[in-house]
Amino acid sequence: MKKWMALAAALALGATATAANAADKLKACWVYVGPVGDFGYSYQHDVGRNAVEKALGDKVETAFLENVAEGPDAERAIERLAREGCKIIFTTSFGFMDPTIKVAAKYPDIKFEHATGYKKADNVGIYNARFYEGRYVMGQIAAKMSKTGTAGYIVSFPIPEVVMGINAFMLGAQSVNPDFKVKIIWVNSWYDPGKEADAAKVLLGQGADILVQHTDSTAPLQEAEKAGKLGFGQSSDMIKFAPKAQLTANTDDWDPYYIARVQAALDGTWTSDDTWGGMKDGMVVLSPFTNMPDDVKKMAEDTVAKIKSGEFHPFTGPITKQDGTTVGEAGKPLPDGELLGMNYYIKGVDDKLPQ
Amino acid sequence: MRLVLEKRAEASTRMAILSPVIAIVLTLVTGGIIFALRGLNPFSALYVFFVEPLTTSWSIEQLIVKATPLAMIGAGLAVSYMANVWNIGAEGQLTAGAILGSAIPVFFPEFQSPLTLVVMLALGIIGGMAWASIPAFLKNRFGTNEILTSLMLVYVIQLVLDWLVRGPWRDPQGYNFPKTIAFSNWQMLPSFQVIPASIGPIYINLGAILAVLAVLALAFMMGRTLKGFELRVQGVAPRAGRFAGFSRERTVWFCFLLSGGLAGLAGICEVMSTVGQLQPGISPGYGFTAIIVAFLGRLNPIGALVAAFALAISYLGGESAQVALGISDKTARVFQGILLFYILACDSLILYRLKFMGRTPQLAEAKA
Amino acid sequence: MNDQLLSVILTIITASTPLLLAAIGELVVERSGVLNLGVEGMMAVGAVSGFGAALLTGNPYVGVLAALVAGALLSLLFGFLTLTMVSNQVATGLALTLLGLGTAGLMGEAFVGQPGVHLDRLYIPGLTDIPFIGPILLGQDFLVYLSIAIVAGVSWMLFRSKAGLIIRAVGDSHQSAHALGYSVIGVRYLCVMFGGACAGLAGGYLSLAYTPQWVENMTAGRGWIALALVVFSSWLPWRIVAGAYLFGTITVMGFSLQAYGIGIPSQLLSALPYVVTILVLVLISRNRALMRANTPACLGQPFVPDR
Repeated sequence: MKKWMALAAALALGATATAANAADKLKACWVYVGPVGDFGYSYQHDVGRNAVEKALGDKVETAFLENVAEGPDAERAIERLAREGCKIIFTTSFGFMDPTIKVAAKYPDIKFEHATGYKKADNVGIYNARFYEGRYVMGQIAAKMSKTGTAGYIVSFPIPEVVMGINAFMLGAQSVNPDFKVKIIWVNSWYDPGKEADAAKVLLGQGADILVQHTDSTAPLQEAEKAGKLGFGQSSDMIKFAPKAQLTANTDDWDPYYIARVQAALDGTWTSDDTWGGMKDGMVVLSPFTNMPDDVKKMAEDTVAKIKSGEFHPFTGPITKQDGTTVGEAGKPLPDGELLGMNYYIKGVDDKLPQ
Repeated sequence: MRLVLEKRAEASTRMAILSPVIAIVLTLVTGGIIFALRGLNPFSALYVFFVEPLTTSWSIEQLIVKATPLAMIGAGLAVSYMANVWNIGAEGQLTAGAILGSAIPVFFPEFQSPLTLVVMLALGIIGGMAWASIPAFLKNRFGTNEILTSLMLVYVIQLVLDWLVRGPWRDPQGYNFPKTIAFSNWQMLPSFQVIPASIGPIYINLGAILAVLAVLALAFMMGRTLKGFELRVQGVAPRAGRFAGFSRERTVWFCFLLSGGLAGLAGICEVMSTVGQLQPGISPGYGFTAIIVAFLGRLNPIGALVAAFALAISYLGGESAQVALGISDKTARVFQGILLFYILACDSLILYRLKFMGRTPQLAEAKA
Repeated sequence: MNDQLLSVILTIITASTPLLLAAIGELVVERSGVLNLGVEGMMAVGAVSGFGAALLTGNPYVGVLAALVAGALLSLLFGFLTLTMVSNQVATGLALTLLGLGTAGLMGEAFVGQPGVHLDRLYIPGLTDIPFIGPILLGQDFLVYLSIAIVAGVSWMLFRSKAGLIIRAVGDSHQSAHALGYSVIGVRYLCVMFGGACAGLAGGYLSLAYTPQWVENMTAGRGWIALALVVFSSWLPWRIVAGAYLFGTITVMGFSLQAYGIGIPSQLLSALPYVVTILVLVLISRNRALMRANTPACLGQPFVPDR
């Protein structure tokens, strides 16, 4: 009996010992929907987390939970972080929106930041990146580089962000070639490189010679490389996987945002905000332009500069929808709210969205 | 020198109690070694994994939340597997129940009365039963193996759910995000305070109570009714069952409808409590984890309840370890796998005895 | 048009091969009376081992060997628990999946973001260039040919050799086989390891040929499909080929239809492979005599010799 008590005491002691060291630093925590080993969306968020540790490591310590499924587990995971002393928590998937709000209501002193959502609260800020800016430029490049005038687009699930991306891509392409076409395949999965490869091969077989994706793996680009065609990387710079095929990659760069927000939490200046940063804020970065002639590169760089300076907005009205109606005032960009819930295609996209 | 198992004359009750203990001790030792190798204090790591989930009332609440669907589904599957009816599609039946029950808030959001609660739960059960009836029908009518049919149907219903929440059932105020409107009031499960605030209030919701009731009802059925006897005989000695006049076809129907109904109930309970709406992700694989629960519980409903808790602790402990110790989710999963292996290995010691046999078997027997 | 058809067929072959490899291995395991649900875990370990070995040595064939060995080793663990310790096979298999996926994730941490070495496709100048037939029959990589060879070998062995007879006897009636003097446990160990090796190869195919990279969860449920395919095949080897290719064909055709812009909801097209598999199985299993003759009667039952 005594032995058991001693063991229990040792265990408890061990636990408190680890807890004591951590008391002084600000704890910043992240929740990822996928594995950090996906080399895609969650991986890039983790890169941001590591950047925070590097920049603010003497004042901040970080923790994270990965592979947190949206659904019943999400709320518990977020609440666990809140209970474990995290002072600022970043929930990185839109499916975490309602759980974040629920937990935030219980812990008014903890700051929460939710990515790609739309619900705010006093202690919940939202953030997102204007990925569509990168896609517009990609569309322009695609239209210039494609010999068949058709791009193949590999996507996972029809959420507004994905639809926005397709539309931005097509607007960019149409600005160079009004008859540019896109073929779309929904693989209905977030992590299946095999299916993405299959979709890529089917698209290439049907005449698309530029591949674009809103899925996370490098498989489509690898297929493009194998077939001697071109494509775009997603989330991370994938040039290593397709040195001859990647034109550029639409990378997520969360570093500056995360460092700024954690710094604000340290300084006490944090407030619930609605950040939708783009190229101007360094949140969307197109990796170096490769495998294209100089004039295409110049065009792309010009567009990037115009977007950064605010001179140009990819969704400037009037925009013709697939059903023929127009939205947006002439010369003015579509309001953010309209973009956030985008559920229609622009004219020129041959696909149907669930209604 | 060989390691041999010898069947005991009768199941050892001493081992029945000791085996989980031995398994845990072995896991602790192995876990301790793994953690030490990774540079962690093995004692604090093990504390975080096993003890910490039981130390706070929040944690215990979360344990119950996690264990509820596992127990509900696991108990049903235990009964089904006991009769050799292999329902592998509980995850799909869970989804079907969630879908059917959610039709009420989607189409009649103003319908708010205690009746709403009852109707939604009933629809959940019916949804699960309906989805489970497909493999049952195919098995009885065409002899189609139910493992394959029930498994394939999981993928099908998940795609149906995906289509529904992205299209026709989408919340019109939801910025076109793939989810239905949020459920409210009588469309959510009520919570009850079971432990008073002085010790640290613990709330459980109706789902947990239903799960316990289901487990008790099934245990009663299996242990004390003719139906239970019929099911057990069909599993252990199918030919004897046929001679006794037990209809295999009716058993297949019964087991699928029972386990499917319970899975559907678990599904609607999940959606009516923690999730609060219908969305593409409503279950982190409860239907599949429940299969492990059923077997860990030795195909006994009460055993399934205990196993559900044990498994829930391992999940929560793993999560806690990720935050408190910085170990990765993968290490937690490896640890869980090792724990399961030890439990399964030690369980066999209940029915069998381990013996080291010398070169000549006759000599060993002469010694014994 | 011909080009498109060719590209679709080549895609189908690539998509079906991992299913085929994993399923044929599991078929042998189940024929000997053991149910190993840990295919997904063994595939994952095979994938990461194959990738890592190929990356470190620069030789994809070393990767193939590593994948094979990794799968076999993991299955040995399963074998020890279910055959020597007589633990419940279903639960042990599920635990193996958990363990395998976690271990693969751990092993693969260093490999994320690294382009891998991939298996080359066969090229015989002149022959492979024959339009259409050339690339299909003579332009595949080593593992595709191996997969068909394994099926042929298993089919011959099971039905035309003494070894196969013993395996089937062990699977159908282990007490009788034991009474006849055969080592039931020994035979089952060998079959389990064969199944593990095949699952490992299937995983290796994913990371060395299909999509040369390593990401966590890249097996994406293929192990479960393989298990279903074994049931689908009624434990007859050539039917595994039919099942795997049926599944692969419908999956790829679904993508083709989407790309054409047919307008059918993608979820429906994604559901088709599963629905069709069920329908075909319903049609096949109406021949109850054939089913009864080929289902291993002792599948999943533990064996402890009565003295």
